[in-house]
This record gives sequence, C-alpha cells and structure tokens, in this order.
Amino acid sequence: MKPQHGSRLRNFHQAKWDEEVIFELSNPGERGIHYPQVERAISDAVGDGVSEIPASMRRESPPALPEVGQMRVLKHFLRLSQQNLGADLNIDVGQGTCTIKYSPKINEKIAGSAKARDIHPHQDESTVQGALRIMYELDLFFREISGMDRFSLQPSSGSHAILTMAAVIHKYHEVRGEADTRDELITTIFSHPSDAAAAAAKGYRITTLYPDEQGMPDLEALKAAVSERTAGLFITNPEDIGIFNPHIAEFTRVVHEVGGVCGYDQANANGIMGITRAREADFDLCFFNLHKTFSAPHGCGGPASGALGATKEMADYLPVPLVGFDGGKYYLDYDVPHTIGKARTFYGAFPVILKAYAWIMSMGAEGLKEAARIAVLNNNYLFKHITEIAGATSPYKGGKRRIEQVRYSWEELYNETGVDTHDVTLRLADFGFHLWQSHHPFVVPQPFTIEPTESYSKEELDEYLDGLRHVVHEARTEPDTVKRAPHNSVVHKIDESVYDDPDKWAITWRAYLKKHGREAAKIRG
Amino acid sequence: MAAGDRVHPYIPNSVPDVKAKMLAEIGIDDIDTLYEDIPESLRFRGELNIPEGITSELELERHMTDVLSVNRTCSENISFLGGGCYRHYVPAICDEITGRAEFLTAYAGEPYEDHGRFQALFEYQSLMGELLETDVVNVPTYDWGQAASTSIRMSGRITDRDVILIGDTISPDRLQVIRTYCEPVMKIELVQHAPETAALDLEDLDKRLTSSVAALYCENPTYFGTVEEHGQVIADTVHSNGSLFVVGVDPVSLGVIKPPSQYGADITCGDIQSLGNHQYFGGALGGFIATRDEKKYVMEYPSRLFGISKTEREGEWGFGDVAYERTSFAVREQGKEFIGTAAALYGISSAVYLSLLGPQGIRELDQNILQKSQYAMKRLAGVDGVAIKFDAFHFKEFVVDFTGTGKAVQEINDALLEQGIFGGKDLSRLSAELEGCALYAVTEVTTQEDIDRLVEALEVLS
Repeated sequence: MKPQHGSRLRNFHQAKWDEEVIFELSNPGERGIHYPQVERAISDAVGDGVSEIPASMRRESPPALPEVGQMRVLKHFLRLSQQNLGADLNIDVGQGTCTIKYSPKINEKIAGSAKARDIHPHQDESTVQGALRIMYELDLFFREISGMDRFSLQPSSGSHAILTMAAVIHKYHEVRGEADTRDELITTIFSHPSDAAAAAAKGYRITTLYPDEQGMPDLEALKAAVSERTAGLFITNPEDIGIFNPHIAEFTRVVHEVGGVCGYDQANANGIMGITRAREADFDLCFFNLHKTFSAPHGCGGPASGALGATKEMADYLPVPLVGFDGGKYYLDYDVPHTIGKARTFYGAFPVILKAYAWIMSMGAEGLKEAARIAVLNNNYLFKHITEIAGATSPYKGGKRRIEQVRYSWEELYNETGVDTHDVTLRLADFGFHLWQSHHPFVVPQPFTIEPTESYSKEELDEYLDGLRHVVHEARTEPDTVKRAPHNSVVHKIDESVYDDPDKWAITWRAYLKKHGREAAKIRG
Repeated sequence: MAAGDRVHPYIPNSVPDVKAKMLAEIGIDDIDTLYEDIPESLRFRGELNIPEGITSELELERHMTDVLSVNRTCSENISFLGGGCYRHYVPAICDEITGRAEFLTAYAGEPYEDHGRFQALFEYQSLMGELLETDVVNVPTYDWGQAASTSIRMSGRITDRDVILIGDTISPDRLQVIRTYCEPVMKIELVQHAPETAALDLEDLDKRLTSSVAALYCENPTYFGTVEEHGQVIADTVHSNGSLFVVGVDPVSLGVIKPPSQYGADITCGDIQSLGNHQYFGGALGGFIATRDEKKYVMEYPSRLFGISKTEREGEWGFGDVAYERTSFAVREQGKEFIGTAAALYGISSAVYLSLLGPQGIRELDQNILQKSQYAMKRLAGVDGVAIKFDAFHFKEFVVDFTGTGKAVQEINDALLEQGIFGGKDLSRLSAELEGCALYAVTEVTTQEDIDRLVEALEVLS
C-alpha cells in the first residue's frame, strides 16, 4: 500500500457484491440441509408423528422460506460479511463510549470448544464445575477492579445492568417501605441514554443534570434535585465526554444523605482500571460491560454482558443465582435474602463471560493497569492532534486532560464550510474508517466521539488522524465530494424517506412485497 | 509494563520509545500526569489481587482448556434437558458465518459501512416473518424473557391498561424475568391451567378479564411441552374484552404447528436459541417480538427495526433504521423502554439456519422431533411407576411423573448420571402438583438408542 495525498491514507474500496436479498435466490426444490429419517423402530411405534397434531393447531402450508442450495447460502452470507466493516479490519477508534478494542482470537477458539458450547444450564452442578469456576473467579476479579463485594453476571448488557440496578434499588426501598414514595431517579445528560431510559422503564421519573461550563455535571443542580423522593443516582465517570468528575464522592454523599442509592455506570472503565474504583467514590452498585472494557467482541450488537457489582449491603438484592465456592466445589447460590429474582433466564451470556475471563487471565493485574494507561495515552495523543485541526474543537475546559475518550465538535468546520458531522462520517468511510457522531441529544453541536483504547499502534492512530485531516481539507476545497460521500462504499445514497412512513416502511421482505409490489422487487432483473 | 520487560501482544504502544515519543508530543513526561484530574482521595493505591497475566497464548489456551476440561458435555453424555435451552443441531455454516471477523467484531457502523450487518438482520427479520406469518419482527432482544416483557409493556401502552394476565404454564424463570422487567408498572395475575391437560383454564380466564386487562400472555407449547388446542377461542375471548393476545412460542415448532398470528395472537414472542445457536450453559439466548405491520404496534417497539429501501443507483438495495425516533437512543427516557446492545449475532446465525432449512427442512426437522418425543413418551409410560403427566399433544418436551416409583426425582437423576444420562429437570419444588415430576426434552439429536438406554436404566431403578 502506498499512501495518496502524501499521507497514510489507503486507496480503499469496500467489497461490493451487489448481493440479492436471500428470498431472491430461491429456486423451488433446492435444499440447504437434510435431517435424518428416524429409526424404523420409532416410526413403527408412533407413525408419522404429525397426524396427531390437533387440527386447530396444524400448520397447513409450510413457511414460505427461501429454497437455496447449501453453497449458495454460504456464499450469500459470506458476501454480506465482506460488505461489513468489522473492528478486526479497520482502525476502529471512531466509536467512542463503546471501547472497540482487540478481541483476541484465542478466546474465540476457546469459546468454540465443545466443553463451553455443549453444556446445559440445568446439568448437575458436579458436571459444570469448569463453567462455574470461571464465573466465580470472574466475580472475584471484578471485586478487585471495583472494590465491590459481589457480582452478578446475569445482566445481558450495559442497559440491562441499568434496568437490573433499578430493580435492585426498587426492592431496596420496598424492603424499607419506601418504594411508593421514592419514585425519582437522577442521571446526567452525558451518561448513556439507557441510564435514563431503563430507569424510566422500571417506573422512575427521571431528573437529568446538565453540565456546567466546565463540563462537570452540576453539583448545585444535584443538591436542588435530591429529596425524600430520590430513589437513586445513575452516573458515569468519566462521563461520555471523557472528563473525570473529581467531585464524584460529593455526588454520592449528597444522594446518600437523602437515603438514595448510587449506581455507577462503568461503561467508561477502560482508562481507569487499577487507577480508581467504585469503592473509593462510595458507590453502592456498579457494572462493567464485558463486551467493551473486557474485550469480548461486539457481534454486530450483541451478545453482551453487564456484570453488576454491589456492596455487601446491596448484594442482598442481586438476582439469583450467584455463584459460590465452598472450598471444594463451585455451586449456584440462591441464598440471597432480598433478591429481585431474575434478570435473565439462566445465569448470563456464558460465551461473553468466558471471553472476558480469558482476557483478564491474559492481562493480569499489571496488564490491566497498563491497558488503562496506554488507552489514556492514546486518547490524549489523539486529543492533542485533533484539537490542532482547524475546524475541530473539544468543548469544556474542566480538567485539562481527558481519560479514555473525547467528545469533539465539528461546529467550526460546519459554520465555515457547511459540511456537517454526518457528512464527515460518511466521507471517512471511503477510506475504511468509521466515525460515530455521538448519542443524542447533541448537547455538543456537530459532535463526534473518539476512543482509541490500548489496541491500536501509534502508526494506526496517525493514519486515522490523516483521514480526519484529509476530510477537513476536502471540506474546504471540494465540499461536494464530502457531501456526496460515500463513494467507495457498498452502496450509494440510500432513500431514507421510507423509514418514517408507515405506508412505505418495510421491516420484512413480505411487507416489502405487499407495499411495493412484486414488480418493484424484480427491478434487479 | 506487563509480563516483565516484554510488551504485551495486545498493547503495541507499550514500546518504550513509542510511549516516550507520544508523551513528548503531548508535552508531558509521564502517563501519570494524564490522571492529574483524579484526586488522591479517589485513587486506588493498592495492588489488584489478580493473578499474573498469562501472556503466552500457548499457556493461556492450556489454562483455559484445563479449567473447562472438568465440564461434562451433553455430547459426551445423553441429555434430556430442555426447559428453555435446547440441544438442536447447529449446521456448520452457522458457525462459519458467525465466526467471520467482519460480523463478529462489528458494532455500530453506518448503513454504508455495515451494509452486510443491516441486510443480514433485515433478512433475519424477514425469515422469521415467514415462519411466524407476521410482517414485523424486531432485531433480537436479550432473550425470550425480555421479549415477553416488552410484548407485555407494548400491550400496556397500546391499550392504556395496566393488568397483565399470564397463563401459569409459563417457564418459572421467565415469569421472574417478567416480574423484574414489568413491575410495578404492570400488575401481574396468573391464570390457572386444567390439571389433566395443562390447557388454559377458560373459566379462570373469564373471571379475570376486567376492563384493566391489557393482555393475556401465554406460552404455546407450554413450559410442559403441551400444545394448547384452543388458541382461537382464547383469542376471541380476550379480544372481546378489548385486550390483546400475546403468545410466547418456540419458533422451531412452527414447521408443523400453526403460528400464533394465525389463531389470533396480536403479538408473538419467543427465543431464537433453538434456531441455530449452541447451548452455551444457557448463555446463547436471543428474543424476538413479532406483530402486524400497523403503526400503533410498530411505534411501540423499543427495539431496532431494520427496513429495506433503494438507493440512488438503480437496482441497489439499501437498509436502515425504521422509525428511529421512538427509541431511547433518539430521545432517552421519552423513548419506548430502552435499547442497547442485545443479541444481534445470534439473529444472524438464525438467519443462516432458516435459509439452510427452507420450508422442507423445518418440516423434516419437526417431524423428526415429534416422532422421537412421541416414542420416548410411549416407552417411558411403559415403565413401572412412570407416567406422562399431561394428556395432551406435545412438542419436544413432556413432564414425566415418577411418583409411582416411590423415588424422588433427584434420586433418579443421580442414578442416571452415574450411567452418563442427564435426566430431565426436576420440577418437584415448582408446585405441589409437580412433586415427583421432571421435564424431559427430546430433539433431533436424540437417537433411539439414547431413549432406549434411558428406559432400560429406569426399568432397573423403578
């Protein structure tokens, strides 16, 4: 590869197969897989098995699934995969708040073994001691990293851990006879949308704190918001803008004083492992995203895991079962006095749990801390260089430094050139880069958030910087090139008007055929 | 630096010269300076009690293999376990596709960079739509528990009512998940079942149908594997009260069993673990929700819904988010419940699975499951003191009543385990009715020999 424009940029083009929708590949009679006929003794004993289906419950015609030969199915999905930009292929620093780090292949290999895949949750505990050991030891590791006293690995994601925290808090107040009166939950605008939304789903009224001019959530606003109606506080730190709130212990103190419970959303833990913990800031609950900080891959949006930690007092409310160890064997522990019950069927997303465990084993205490330190170094390196790009700024002066990510703004670029943050993200795709805008609402105008983690080399960070510089240069010299992007992607500008129109949106192929007609589907000849 | 003086393979910029160069460009001497905003009172100055990193991949694999080696798998033994996690055959291509780095390590790219992800999940929705005969299916949720919970919450919003009736033949775990998710916003009441057949008790349903009832949720097949015959009657009864009918279903049954939308269900939900995903200790779950294509339903989904569109280039498909503004990503707590990372990769696996099976494959599969489970029920019923608990048509699972043997289920299961058989899940503690009972599952992976060995073992025991 030789860079163009005297930079490190690649002459990139994404694979484009012009691949059909799977239903367009159907040829009646083709088969993708066979199942065996049952043994003769079975059919002799019970007949065809289907005749006795009650008439009211019998499916008369088979589902209209496509009929496609095996190799063509394989090819179809392989082509779709090639039309997708996974983190293994790009310099995936552009998805701030999501900690897209290297997911080691050895962990995939281990998770793919029959010893992991082929075990059932209701097996006798004596037959799943390896799985239980992994869960138990991972709990111990998380206790170290957080300072908390016990972890449940049941929640299925960060958002689910937030919902589970809300359930724990509800139960806690219920036990005290205060569930009905404590109906307010406080969060901040730079905490994940789910800190507000999942708490609201549990029935809480939400108060959202906004930042002061330093970017810190407003302590005075918190003091004004708390009362005997306060159930709790859900907050990140560093917040999604990458600034560490040094007054965090003051926040938890204020909430504790009115009898509230403090839950720490640790989605942003990657820069602070071994540096500062939930315990020191006096949180009652916290959670880690195993698919972020602890390296499990993101899988196009899951499976995921949100390991939920609690102080000794709050551990009495965690979902069951937890995993215990009696010195000889590991066991499922249902002895949780005020348990909320269950957050998820069975015990958690075991493949994700397994990969996080393997990753921590490969890092050790020192490696975890080194990962955090280098993630912060990488971030501040990008911070330094991105804020030197004319047109890019980073709001808020509070704290000279940033931890593991930074929220930036293209506002100046937009005002000068009319190129907005969405245009920039699409143009960057032409060079094999991903850039995410940020969570809504856009408190920071024309936002983008970058989190480089520890995984990418300086050279790769420099290449990404060149991408940003190049697009900014284009915005000034040939803005139409940016505005018409992407040019080297799988597809061209998509007609997005249909997505909000009930008469036109099509969420399945059958709906598409109904709304747009079979003729429209044949447009591809 | 981790691992003595060696740079960790996952942390390239630990190279001292690189680090020094980057620090110099930032204008500081030490990484510690970057943490200067964290006050000393919040700093952790202790040592993490975590073992030294196994930085050699060879040794890491050895360690992990060693830890896992004590697990005894379902393939090394004979397993009759089900109850929400099943040992179905996973075609090789499912693993091939979900192992592709482009899918495995992708997350949240734009429809332009991640065209493949959007198309694959649109196809997942579409394939499920054919199986379920519904025009709307969501991108996967965490599991059936969440899918049922959200279906219930959607019912509450659509009807503006707050009581949910739940058929008590629901999975007990799932009921707990629903309570965690739905209470106190929704109030839950259980509807009884007929003791002989496990069918929903229509009289009890009638009694409970008040003007506050948003919906009836029930599962078909039930947790006990019985198939409810009166779906349409139940739907009509519920609808006449202005309530919705929500049905949880094991989608793998729908090659031969009528999908709930065809007997009056307004919302269908369930789990896709059965469709091309491994057991993973119950860890590879994914939920689906399916409805008609009506605005009042679509706008109540919290989930991502991927739609198909065209591009400026003739003949090119494009994909994207339908009605994004309803989500919490767009409007935080003003959105419908919440959305985040869930189980997309399992949706892709299920898309591959359904594409491979096609209309004939899924019927063959279901026939195989029915024949084997009927054979198992028949043989078990012939063992002294052993009976099949419910008199109904079953799919894949059935409750075995061991009370006639005079032995506790745990005692029987311990003896079976000694012979390499994982007996059915003990239901004794679930209710008085199920004392001495166990839930057995038979799938296409089960062989006649497996069933015969179980029967022989029980004949000796009983």
